[in-house]
Amino acid sequence: MEPSISIKNLSLSFGSLDVLKDLNLDVGQGEFLVLLGSSGCGKSTLLNCIAGLLDVTGGQIFIGGRNVTWAEPSQRGIGMVFQSYALYPQMTVAGNLSFGLKNAGLPKAEIEERVNRAAKVLQIEPLLSRKPAALSGGQRQRAAIGRALVRDANVFLFDEPLSNLDAKLRADLRVEIKQLHQKLSNTMIYVTHDQIEAMTLADRIAIMRGGQILQLASPNEIYNRPASKYVAEFIGSPTMNFFEGDLEETGGTYRFTTGGKTFSLDGYAFQDGPPAAGAAWFGIRPEHMVSGAEAEASPVRFDGHVELVEPLGSDTLVRFTIGDRTLWVRMDGQATVRHGDAISVGFDPARANLFDKTTESRL
Amino acid sequence: MTKAPHLLKGSMTYDTAMETGPDRALRHGDGSSSGNRMVEGPAGRKPRKALSRRNILIYGTLIVVCLYYLLPLYVMIVTSLKGMPEIRLGNIFAPPVEVTFQPWVKAWAEACTGLNCDGLSRGFFNSVKILIPSVILSIAIASVNGYALANWRFKGSETFFAILIVGAFIPYQVMIYPIVIMLREIGLYGSLTGLVIVHTIFGMPILTLLFRNYFASVPQELFKAARVDGAGFWAIYFQIMVPMSLPIFVVAMILQVTGIWNDFLFGVIYTKPDLYPMTVQLNNIVNSTQGVKEYNVNMAATILTGLVPLTIYFISGKLFVRGIAAGAVKG
Repeated sequence: MEPSISIKNLSLSFGSLDVLKDLNLDVGQGEFLVLLGSSGCGKSTLLNCIAGLLDVTGGQIFIGGRNVTWAEPSQRGIGMVFQSYALYPQMTVAGNLSFGLKNAGLPKAEIEERVNRAAKVLQIEPLLSRKPAALSGGQRQRAAIGRALVRDANVFLFDEPLSNLDAKLRADLRVEIKQLHQKLSNTMIYVTHDQIEAMTLADRIAIMRGGQILQLASPNEIYNRPASKYVAEFIGSPTMNFFEGDLEETGGTYRFTTGGKTFSLDGYAFQDGPPAAGAAWFGIRPEHMVSGAEAEASPVRFDGHVELVEPLGSDTLVRFTIGDRTLWVRMDGQATVRHGDAISVGFDPARANLFDKTTESRL
Repeated sequence: MTKAPHLLKGSMTYDTAMETGPDRALRHGDGSSSGNRMVEGPAGRKPRKALSRRNILIYGTLIVVCLYYLLPLYVMIVTSLKGMPEIRLGNIFAPPVEVTFQPWVKAWAEACTGLNCDGLSRGFFNSVKILIPSVILSIAIASVNGYALANWRFKGSETFFAILIVGAFIPYQVMIYPIVIMLREIGLYGSLTGLVIVHTIFGMPILTLLFRNYFASVPQELFKAARVDGAGFWAIYFQIMVPMSLPIFVVAMILQVTGIWNDFLFGVIYTKPDLYPMTVQLNNIVNSTQGVKEYNVNMAATILTGLVPLTIYFISGKLFVRGIAAGAVKG
């Protein structure tokens, strides 16, 4: 099937500063794509290019098979939701929703019908006659989504829409956006720096850095098989534990040596066949480590001392030290550990991630 | 520094005994009663002295400054209501014994300047004819300029803006003669239209700066949203930007009305005696060298001339504050 959005060799520079570099991306019809990255990685810039709010320096953008590289934002068949809501303060919610339709010269009856339909979907019907100033943050963002909805666009662009909301509302609206996507099944591109939003919403996540896409894959793949050390560190909280060491091979079995300890890598699925031996990073997520009795049964085991305990209710995060190294482990919420306790942790190397020392790409 | 005494007084003595007395809970400083739950000591609202050193300093300064500015006004009003014999007595602070409005009538309708003997009224209407088009035209052009510079960055827009700002710092005097020539060549020298054009041009740098900075502070995303909604240059200006910008329009109006009304230099250079604005005519009345100096008429004429900016301040000052308050609500 033809992709809904296709970006070919896109580049954008401000003077000598290259913000996007030769970027290629295809987004399928009805797909929910999340652009994830730390600030300054070019994710919002990419979204603005797709929306037509920034003129590109090179490359092409296709939306619904149509070349829209030079088209005005309003002619691209998109709806956009902004971080600061960007509601017109002097208009009522109904006025905000109908502004774009009036500009498009739609007949009055149809405008009204579309506004009412969008308001019904978003449950903002009682708010239609209010001004944005009289709305709460969540209501404002819902109205802003409504403004994108009435356009009947095939593509929705979200620019960090939940970043201005408090934690509770953010979780609620996140669910609503997901439900909206399931109901409408339009193509959605969603920019965020929040990995939880990315993991929960996305069909596919594009991790960006320095104007390029590092990895484009499903949340599951990104979490379990990060393509590079950067991605592995970026996704997951607390961040992945890394051991610096050497990869050795003897008769087809691989072993990893770190800090005077050597263990077998039985069960680890290498990315591109058996790699050459050499310096490497060994990464294991805090939630893939076990402690106590389970640790005894693990193929690899470390003993250390608890340095810090962060009880979260559902889980307890424990930071512990082995020698001069600090690691995180995620334990059960009922675990009773205290600062200074001796702790024994173990893990299965099959769940680990190996990265080349120099290229930092997955082995 | 005024805080310390209150804080220490009560808290020095602690009374640990718990007494039950509902209305005592809020009291403090009385050694025998301690509250229901509260320990004795500072509780609730902090007492403030009405006659503190700080208040005396602030209000004292304000009163002195008020007197300093109000005294001349008082003298003017009092003098304008006296007859000439009373003024000759020399007590400028004394209230009028016999109140007369004749000086006001004379200043407005009878005082002579050159050949015209219809008082300030002619100058007043000339000034109005200059003021209204100049204010409307300069604000209309400058707001569009500022909007374009803030939101529609075009090639060379920064350079254009820099040139405009430099224009604000060139002394007017340098440009007087070239403008005289230019106006003469297009046949507008000595007409009100010419003066309106001059005022519009000279108001441009500062007003454009004002509007550009205001529009630049409007969230960029609002502008982006409007573009996605298919609004063009003028639609965004009229339907999004202008309705949001009442405060800055009021500020610009105050600036222009007072500036143009009080202008003397351009008025005297670019018009002719029949079309002199009020300020020029006031000068001609006050500085006329023939006959007796009629202080009462001069005072009345001066107050009359200053009345328009004064009214603007009083009316729009309120609107101004309200506009700012309305704009402060995050939309």
